[in-house]
Amino acid sequence: MRRAKGVYGMRQVACIFKKLKKNTLLHGVISFAAVFVSLLLGMVLIRFMGIDPLAALAALYEGSFSSMKSLLETTVKMTPLLFTGMSYAIAYRCGLTNLGMEGQLYIGAVVGTAVGIYVTGLPGGIHVPLAILGGFIGGGLFGFIAGALKVWFGASEIITTVMLNTIAMNFAEFMVNGPMIEPSRSNSQTSPVLESAQIGKLFEGTRAHWGFIIALCFIVLFWLFLWRSKKGYEVRVSGLNRQAAAYSGINIEENILLVMFLAGGLAGLAGCIEILAVQIRMVPSISPGYGFDGIAVALIGNNTPIGIVLGALLFGAFRAGGNRMQMRTQTPISIVNVIQAFVIIAVISSNILLEKLDEKRLKNQKQEG
Amino acid sequence: MNLISGYLASDIRMATPILFAGLGLLIINRSGLLNIGAEGTMLVSTLLAVVGSYYSGSVWVGLLCAVISGALMGLLFAFFTVTVKANQIVIGAALNILGSGLSATLNRIIFGVSTTVTRFDAFTNIKIPLLSDIPLIGGALFNQMIPVYAAFLLVPAISYYLFRTQAGLNLRSVGENPRVADTLGVNVYRLQYMSAIIGSALIAAGGAYLSTGLVSSFSEEMVAGRGYIALAAVVFGKYKPGGVMLASLIFVAGNVLSNILQVSGTPIPYTLLTMIPYVLTVVALAAFAKGAVAPASLGRPYKRG
Repeated sequence: MRRAKGVYGMRQVACIFKKLKKNTLLHGVISFAAVFVSLLLGMVLIRFMGIDPLAALAALYEGSFSSMKSLLETTVKMTPLLFTGMSYAIAYRCGLTNLGMEGQLYIGAVVGTAVGIYVTGLPGGIHVPLAILGGFIGGGLFGFIAGALKVWFGASEIITTVMLNTIAMNFAEFMVNGPMIEPSRSNSQTSPVLESAQIGKLFEGTRAHWGFIIALCFIVLFWLFLWRSKKGYEVRVSGLNRQAAAYSGINIEENILLVMFLAGGLAGLAGCIEILAVQIRMVPSISPGYGFDGIAVALIGNNTPIGIVLGALLFGAFRAGGNRMQMRTQTPISIVNVIQAFVIIAVISSNILLEKLDEKRLKNQKQEG
Repeated sequence: MNLISGYLASDIRMATPILFAGLGLLIINRSGLLNIGAEGTMLVSTLLAVVGSYYSGSVWVGLLCAVISGALMGLLFAFFTVTVKANQIVIGAALNILGSGLSATLNRIIFGVSTTVTRFDAFTNIKIPLLSDIPLIGGALFNQMIPVYAAFLLVPAISYYLFRTQAGLNLRSVGENPRVADTLGVNVYRLQYMSAIIGSALIAAGGAYLSTGLVSSFSEEMVAGRGYIALAAVVFGKYKPGGVMLASLIFVAGNVLSNILQVSGTPIPYTLLTMIPYVLTVVALAAFAKGAVAPASLGRPYKRG
């Protein structure tokens, strides 16, 4: 009896595993197809501008993948996207919609810059982690506001995070023009962060930096937390079925607060590391929309660690290659945003079609049985 | 005296784009759809209004182009959220990214990279005789551009439609409980399509007024968050046209005040004053959320059967 049960259990697990693997593979194929179609549409648009789409594509490739230098530039653009992608994904896994990555990014950048400038006399080995921690906590607390408003007042995080974005960006602009402005200068910028707080380059003479490696480490942590920890399991159950989670004794409110803090912290790291490694000093516009890009990155990646890396690679390459494309072929870099919107729409609709197919198959099976 | 009149006039003038967008969003929200893509819709329409006016020589053609672009964005939104049943938030976010990319790209194709087109037909103030002679407020209220009058006249019109007609009741019932509405013979999908299209056209009218009325030029990202403020105005206005109007006026009042203060050399930084409407919204959201004024099925896709 016991043995039979064991066999049954094994078979069930194997079945779920098989289905999961098949779905992941299918999702990958569909995401790839969606990206391909979106790129094609973008090329058609470029053709309408009277620009040779193949030349544009070649320049895009050249600026993102063709050489070691461009590949490294792609990693620079990938770094913030990895963080904002994780930020959206972790909230999504808990059934939340975090649209506040852009704002959390700015708060993380402000705090990271402040720690980098005003905390003095530390060796690099301590100053850098401290500044990064500051960015994480700053962004985290800002994300926590949206979580708290939801849990304590019932305010939808979708609207509050959008509002908090503008608040954060204005706050950052205020800090850069006021309390944190570089002394004896009137430009809206802060002093550079101290050398001890700067994140080093991976290779001399390139822009690639250790922040990229840190981001990849966080991808691993992201995976460990969601899929290998009890808390992460609770978070995912809350996201899948809030009622079931409540019945099984999971404290959903606590999870929402925690996840919004973590999501904010991850987005905060995007801004903080961008300052410490790339910009060195804070200016009012440090992000060309990395926060919103996170939505697309997480969506293409199906909110999984590997998927986020691939999604960030794609959009990082677009950002890196887009500059080259604009210089070489006069294709406006804003076309990247258009393609990105196509990708989001294509991926999300193909996923729904997939679900519908699954439902139909399930129904047929039921009828047969 | 002059100061108050001037203040009121610019408050009304600057609130108009937000009012248009807010009323459009209100109609969309009342049908149960949550569209956060107003910013993108407005961005595309600001450009197309300028393009239409520039090539035809008439600002009305510009307005028409803008409204059509808005209707198309609305159709796109409705197709993916009502028919495909994709997540409304994500599609809205995609519309914002699309609008930002499309307006910048088209601008560079049509007008080139570094030129700012300023010579085209734009709206001008129309003075209403007699009424504009009323002391103090007359000049502010009755010496405005036609879109401004239109936006404020839409407030009672939409209010009447929503709360005094059968069609409005149907729309509201779809937003509250689509299943019941469906059982009672209301065509839920058609109503949602219609409201997404008409609502987005209104949002676009706000964008058109922005680039061919309030200022007469196009610059990238010129909507500058007004689409998001409109989103807030609807919530702050408790999903009622009059409320949306009040919210738009209050939100903009802070901006206008900050402009005036800045000219007079105040120590309060501009950026902090700009934050006020957003902080107000967050506070209002927290305060009113428990009252549950939003349409009950807002943001949930409806599936027949």
